[in-house]
Amino acid sequence: MRWLVAFGRFWYDFVIGDDWRIAAGVVAVLAAGAVAVVAGVPSQVAAPLVALALVLVFAVPVSRVAR
Amino acid sequence: MAGLDAGDVGLLLAVTLAAAVEFVEAFTIVLAMGMTRDWRSTLVGTALALGLLAIVTALAGYALVEWFPEALLQLVIGTLLLIFGLQWLRKAILRASGLKAQHDEDAIFEAEAEAARAAGRDSVMGLDGFALFVAFKGVFLEGLEVVFIVLTFGLSAGNMPLAIAGAAIAGALVLLAGALLHRPLSQVPENTIKYGVGILLSTFGTFWAIEGLGIVAPGGESLDWPGGELALLVVLVAWFAVSRVLIAMLRRRALAPAVA
Repeated sequence: MRWLVAFGRFWYDFVIGDDWRIAAGVVAVLAAGAVAVVAGVPSQVAAPLVALALVLVFAVPVSRVAR
Repeated sequence: MAGLDAGDVGLLLAVTLAAAVEFVEAFTIVLAMGMTRDWRSTLVGTALALGLLAIVTALAGYALVEWFPEALLQLVIGTLLLIFGLQWLRKAILRASGLKAQHDEDAIFEAEAEAARAAGRDSVMGLDGFALFVAFKGVFLEGLEVVFIVLTFGLSAGNMPLAIAGAAIAGALVLLAGALLHRPLSQVPENTIKYGVGILLSTFGTFWAIEGLGIVAPGGESLDWPGGELALLVVLVAWFAVSRVLIAMLRRRALAPAVA
């Protein structure tokens, strides 16, 4: 059991790391992107908009570090 | 490079640099155990870890390729790569702006060596148990990160041989440098490499995760970016520009209390 917890913690630290808000933001943006694709938004429009949103969900929490 | 397009070169560079960083960290642990404890036990621990890593890689690679359609792989693996890459980029931005301590292989080597000198001597089949276990754990965990990088890049780009080649080049370079120097590879500009790798991981992660959104479109095919693979370059420039703005902003903030 202890080994399993340590293994889970390793992957959490490895993939998600110190700021879970970035991971949560990425997942939320991609989920919204998936909704847009299902709704029929053309890929030539959806792709750059999702990329822009990804930049924002990264930049906002990092810009607030130590504020 | 003949036969490689810009995307291939970027992929090879990203895997080589990312794997090199992990190999340097594993090398530091192996060197500390070998020099302070026992080389035979350290190398047995290293070999056991490498053997287990090969099995994990083969099983995970086979399962992923056999069980998932391409667009779903791009979405899941691209998302993981993006989150992982943004974590590297965040750390690199904080280090470059002075809000986080720089990674120091000499200090890590000293800490590992000190722990090795202080530990007792438990013998396992004639081998030093401490050196064997620490080398095994260090190489396995750092190696698992290399496996993750190779699998994510190789599967998302549909070019596993190139991703494996990148990791092999990195391993060979680190071993060669280690064999020549016989000391921690502290002169490797690890913090700068990590910054570059963070940008590359975030770029490829963004590109593939968004391509993978096509899994929910009618037909389930990968989405097309405007400009095709050229969009990779635009995404790369965007992440670089954002990181420079954040570094400049945070650096001013880090210096502010000293001025006040």
